[in-house]
Amino acid sequence: MQRKLNQKAWFLVLPVFLLVAFSAVLPLMTVVNYSVQDTFGNNEFYWVGTEWFVEILNSERFHSALGRQLLFSGIILAIEIPLGILIALSMPKKGWGASICLVLMALPLLIPWNVVGTIWQIFAREDIGLLGHTLAAMGIDYNYTHSPTAAWITIIIMDVWHWTSLVVLLCYAGLCSIPDAFYQAAKIDGASRWAVFRYIQFPKMNRVLLIAVLLRFMDSFMIYTEPFVLTGGGPGNSTTFLSIDLVKMAIGQFDLGPAAAFSLVYFLIVLLLSWVFYTVMTARDGEAN
Amino acid sequence: MAVIHLKDMAHSYLPNPKVPEDYALKSLNHVWEDGGAYALLGPSGCGKTTLLNIISGLLTPSEGQVLFGGEDVTRLDTAHRNIAQVFQFPVIYDTMTVRQNLAFPLKNRGMAPADIEARVAEIAEMLDLTERLDNRASGLSADAKQIISLGRGLVRNDVNAILFDEPLTVIDPHKKWVLRSKLKELHQQFGFTMVYVTHDQTEALTFADKVVVMHDGEIVQIGTPEELFERPAHTFVGYFIGSPGMNILPATVDGRHATIGGNEIDLGCDYGPLAGGKIEVGIRPEFLKFGPVGKNGGEGTFDVQISSVEDLGRHKIAKAVSGDIEIAVLVPEHTPVQEGAAALTFDPARTLVYQDSRLVEGAN
Repeated sequence: MQRKLNQKAWFLVLPVFLLVAFSAVLPLMTVVNYSVQDTFGNNEFYWVGTEWFVEILNSERFHSALGRQLLFSGIILAIEIPLGILIALSMPKKGWGASICLVLMALPLLIPWNVVGTIWQIFAREDIGLLGHTLAAMGIDYNYTHSPTAAWITIIIMDVWHWTSLVVLLCYAGLCSIPDAFYQAAKIDGASRWAVFRYIQFPKMNRVLLIAVLLRFMDSFMIYTEPFVLTGGGPGNSTTFLSIDLVKMAIGQFDLGPAAAFSLVYFLIVLLLSWVFYTVMTARDGEAN
Repeated sequence: MAVIHLKDMAHSYLPNPKVPEDYALKSLNHVWEDGGAYALLGPSGCGKTTLLNIISGLLTPSEGQVLFGGEDVTRLDTAHRNIAQVFQFPVIYDTMTVRQNLAFPLKNRGMAPADIEARVAEIAEMLDLTERLDNRASGLSADAKQIISLGRGLVRNDVNAILFDEPLTVIDPHKKWVLRSKLKELHQQFGFTMVYVTHDQTEALTFADKVVVMHDGEIVQIGTPEELFERPAHTFVGYFIGSPGMNILPATVDGRHATIGGNEIDLGCDYGPLAGGKIEVGIRPEFLKFGPVGKNGGEGTFDVQISSVEDLGRHKIAKAVSGDIEIAVLVPEHTPVQEGAAALTFDPARTLVYQDSRLVEGAN
């Protein structure tokens, strides 16, 4: 029997195509367009080919921003993922305690990015901030506007404060979905607390952890608002991450061509690294059958 | 090995139980003989799983004691009791191979690797898992996973009781039978006590030597499948076992006669003038017969209207109505039966009398 194809079904997906085209593809194509041209104003453009890409990929400035960015994301993942798992494990599973914990955990996620930046900007100030002033009073030399180390520590603590909750909530959801029978069986098998984590909880959390790692990687790799509000990329260039650098280039210097090439390279790096995470973390699923 | 003794044991999930309704398990005394194959039968929510979890130590009873071979283990944790338990849904350590799964309980107990290896090989042989030992356990089918769960219990040589909590729920019907026979075979081979929780009477009756019927947190009868069928000690047992269940009819009983909705029937024994409480007469659909119509008022006959007949292939089930009483009657395949007026004959030897739901023994 021949299958009858009904081409009308395409109309059903057409709105989505249009939406995606307007929201993603068209803006992306503009960027591609800029990345291969140069302009001197007056709406006049000249074809330059891959020149901007070569320039960006060879620029010291891009390399150092990328290096800082990788270091930052690495530290963030190394802290937030284990910390998130640990907190999720120690949260109560039921009762009023669970509700309170969930609300407390969700609070930082409800605060707008630039407010978070401002909170920490004030909190950590040496003259009026509770944290900064306390540290200064204790004789610790802490000033995020002068010392790159202090600036980094502040930004990392701020990010951990802001986003560990997300990891916690995801892991908590993963933990709650494990049937009681697994814990009971583990008791009967005489498993230690560590074995329960290693062989039941961790494998069962695998899926949500993948999402947590991807989200936290992408978000931290694209971080802009908080360091911008807190340090503005300083002191010097010490906290100038990729997106801060990009904005400086595109809006501060109005170098549209290099900035467009930068954006595309940036986008491809995020895509590539996300793919790597995904592939590595799901590699074991394939062995199952 | 060990006899499992439950002494005045009761359990409530509430912190301060007062009335009987607060208890998930009402006070019970019971001895599980060593090496017995028991089925724990009852509807959902009657306390079967609670009882099982108390024996395995996953729960601590609110009252009373659990003794293993005379030793009080009420407060002993699960890992230190010589009990294995298989759950409703297969529990598998996903990241491990079948071999590692089977070795896990031994490894946790610090057994020497060479001994573990030998023991796992032996159990795998018994359960036909040898070829799959190095497969990842997560890729297997539900019944294979359930066998591995069982294997993790069997692999420990200190185990003397294995508890099954509705282990065949997720297994395909045609594999259930295979697994159940496997369990019986293992039971005969090793002789550990097996307690098998189920709400499926066929499963219970085919698996067990002794069936323990639970109802509403209480053990209402313990007996062989035959005893449960022929002399249910509680109306619940009569109704729960058999398909359709026993007919339980409100009645008045005097001596060797019972009156049900104006009809008098013969009883096999003398009950004297029975009074007080709710008096009922129970008879299984298998022991009722349709007699010729028209012998109204005669001994052992009972006027009814047949309102519907269901043909189940091997036999028919007729629904007979008399006043507001409804009676199910099992009719053999080739016996003609049709809707309309009829008379019922009760088999006196199979007609039982219940007072407040409990069986009353009559005198001959």
